[in-house]
Amino acid sequence: MNYLDTNLKVVGTRPVRPDGVDKVTGRAIYAADTRSAGMLWGKILRSPHAHARILSIDTSKAAALPGVQAVVTSADFPEIKSEEAFVGEGPMNFRDLSTNVMARGKALYEGHAVAAVAATTQAVADAALALIEVKYDVLPHVIDVDAAMADNAPVLHEEMFTAGVTPKPTKASNIAKVVTFKKGDAEAGFAGAEVIFEKSYTTKPVHQAYIEPHACLVTYGSDGQVTIHSSSQGHFMVRAYTAKLLGIDMANIRVNPAEIGGGFGGKTLIYLEPVAVALSRKSGKSVKMQMTREEVFRGSGPTSGASMDVKIGAKKDGTIVSVKQILKFQAGAFAGSPIGPGCMCGLALYDIENIEVVGYDVVSNRPKVAAYRAPGAPITSFAVESALDELADQLGMDPLALREKNAAKNGSKTHYGVTHNNIGFEQVLAAVKTHPHWTSPVKPGQARGLAAGFWFNIGGESSATVHVNEDGTVTVATGSVDVGGSRASMGMMVAEVLGIDVAKVRATVADTASVGFTFLTGGSRVTFATGMAATQAAERVVDELKRRAAAIWEIQADAVEWRDGKAYPAGSNAGAFEPLDLPAIALKAGRTGGPVTAEVSVNAQGAGAGFGAHICDVSVDQETGQVTIERYTAVQDVGKAIHPSYVEGQIQGGAVQGIGWALNEEYIYSDKGQMENPGFLDYRCPVMSDVPMIEAVLVEVPNPRHPFGARGVGEVPIIPPMAAIGNAIRRATGVPMPHLPMSPPTVLAALDAAKT
Amino acid sequence: MPKVVLASGGSCHQFTGGRTEFEVEATTFRRLILELDQKFPGLGSQVEEGMAIAIDGEIFQDAYGVVLKPESEIVLIPKIGGG
Repeated sequence: MNYLDTNLKVVGTRPVRPDGVDKVTGRAIYAADTRSAGMLWGKILRSPHAHARILSIDTSKAAALPGVQAVVTSADFPEIKSEEAFVGEGPMNFRDLSTNVMARGKALYEGHAVAAVAATTQAVADAALALIEVKYDVLPHVIDVDAAMADNAPVLHEEMFTAGVTPKPTKASNIAKVVTFKKGDAEAGFAGAEVIFEKSYTTKPVHQAYIEPHACLVTYGSDGQVTIHSSSQGHFMVRAYTAKLLGIDMANIRVNPAEIGGGFGGKTLIYLEPVAVALSRKSGKSVKMQMTREEVFRGSGPTSGASMDVKIGAKKDGTIVSVKQILKFQAGAFAGSPIGPGCMCGLALYDIENIEVVGYDVVSNRPKVAAYRAPGAPITSFAVESALDELADQLGMDPLALREKNAAKNGSKTHYGVTHNNIGFEQVLAAVKTHPHWTSPVKPGQARGLAAGFWFNIGGESSATVHVNEDGTVTVATGSVDVGGSRASMGMMVAEVLGIDVAKVRATVADTASVGFTFLTGGSRVTFATGMAATQAAERVVDELKRRAAAIWEIQADAVEWRDGKAYPAGSNAGAFEPLDLPAIALKAGRTGGPVTAEVSVNAQGAGAGFGAHICDVSVDQETGQVTIERYTAVQDVGKAIHPSYVEGQIQGGAVQGIGWALNEEYIYSDKGQMENPGFLDYRCPVMSDVPMIEAVLVEVPNPRHPFGARGVGEVPIIPPMAAIGNAIRRATGVPMPHLPMSPPTVLAALDAAKT
Repeated sequence: MPKVVLASGGSCHQFTGGRTEFEVEATTFRRLILELDQKFPGLGSQVEEGMAIAIDGEIFQDAYGVVLKPESEIVLIPKIGGG
């Protein structure tokens, strides 16, 4: 059923968040809070070298240390054949995943795991790590993406030959693949252009910087049954990958989802769980592991850094006639950067006749990248949206007018072949145009920037169960880890369908043995896809409640209707009965057929694409290069906001992460390829005092494929900030900012260079 | 007979010799995969594992049963993930 045109009583309101009290009082149980009697502490020895052949690993002294109960290396893990799988970021190879969890033959980045121990205390485990003797043959390394593509670059994988080029190369390369997207004829388009703008851009890899480091508690039972408590964006993903990497049947692994302290895409992979299982299997004891912040930086995935070229041709009236884009994305030590969506997203916002985008997926001696909110889109949009702003100046046009003139609308064909349908970009730009931030004069000493962003959003497989409890309250259990308020939205959608107070519905996240398979939380899919499953389960419960009322009244079920949480006779012919509410029906559930419950599993399709545009005012200290965000407004088409406060929170959070990406965040490497700032003091994320209140403006263009019109909202808001801020800085200083981060030294250097 | 466009960006073009448009006797995504594999051995599994199908602007992933109509715009694009 579609509820878009109904009188919604719960959806769209702002009930108190159900997870709030536990989180602010410290009562919520995270993976690091879990304990087991007699558990051991697992720790990982990591490579100090960015690139090295592992000649030998001698663990005998560590194993002999009192208190050490297990030591593992790659020899304790089965060799996994090359097998492509589709994970959070996109295609991923299980062999690479296994080798990323524990190095085999070579260490490919500083921080790459080479061995692990389990001991009775953390101190003993640390001492044992120091006793492991690893002999390395240190190899030349390469960090930067352009350097990694050079002919003479150190090659990470001797068996890697660039895919996507003909003839097939005969020389190994760090370029894993080349992809090309074309629409029309870009060169012919440029020939007809009256104005051409081109520039090169770079971005740095940035970490997802979740507050909670990776952690798990694992027990490998003597009967071969494995229990895992861990922090992830998908406990079914943890089960599947752990099973795959260790050769264990999935039925023998039960994963309990812990509360999660942030993921943002970075927890769509596993790092610790297979190691902990291997240690537990060897020791016969439960094993707990948790990364330090330093390990999170050195050993888990950031998103790609990139080197990009953009060329845009336009008519004098602002009609863009051709764009060419070259994108080179760092994948880290193994292939699989988000180059595909990078190539697709930057120009999906505009209706342009001729487009050519060429993308390179490039490995280098850095941690393997992991998904990060709208993987690839923020990077490509930094280049496109910055270039558009300079083009607007060149044309003498308002930057909003340029975007309006070229904006994609329903029926616009993208360069990847798909025609947009049910999109709300024009509505977003219209909301920008009339917003008081955009219409207000820029304050003296400040300047204003604008940028836009697009993300696909996805659906996928989800399961939800709705139970009516004995007292008529309701439980909804899903398989989706709650990273952004999904328990609230599930409860609200179920309450809306049942016609009851949302306070009577409690939503939980069920473990892998207690609910049907559910794909991980990512791609902005949960409110859409799992919400669809929960809504359908609630509808089945309503059907069952009508049958139960009919049984009590001794009438036909189709003579019962459900309104506002109660069963009514459908008309006078059905009989004269007092309405039955949920508690009344639940009280007699045993006598009318047993518990009232329904489980629905779906593979949800039709996730509506998301568009956003951000306005930002900055001031720039010309002597220090310090940029201050003075005012920030984020406008986004959210479909229908189920719980507007959570939606605003997603938008605010995404914007703030983008501000960090824009202004400060970067990995600083020594000449030996070792990260020099693996902590929050030196890797500087924005804190509350760095940002103004982010005003989130919700534009609601309902997605007709969702019962309540929802679109995914979690990824779009991280896409526009970098270009919006860069455009504002350029307008403030007159100096373009094509390189991230726009930290004080970078800005100052650009200002100084412009003076000479 | 539905016309299918293979968007660039995936690793499928190596199977088709660079061809990007095909007419395929298929009324479902499942049948499309099988027919493509017959025409270009190996392409079917590539499409099944790595590609999504967009029909008249709506993207479907891992959906054998989705119906293909001759008048529809049918495009195979790289599968979409997310963070």
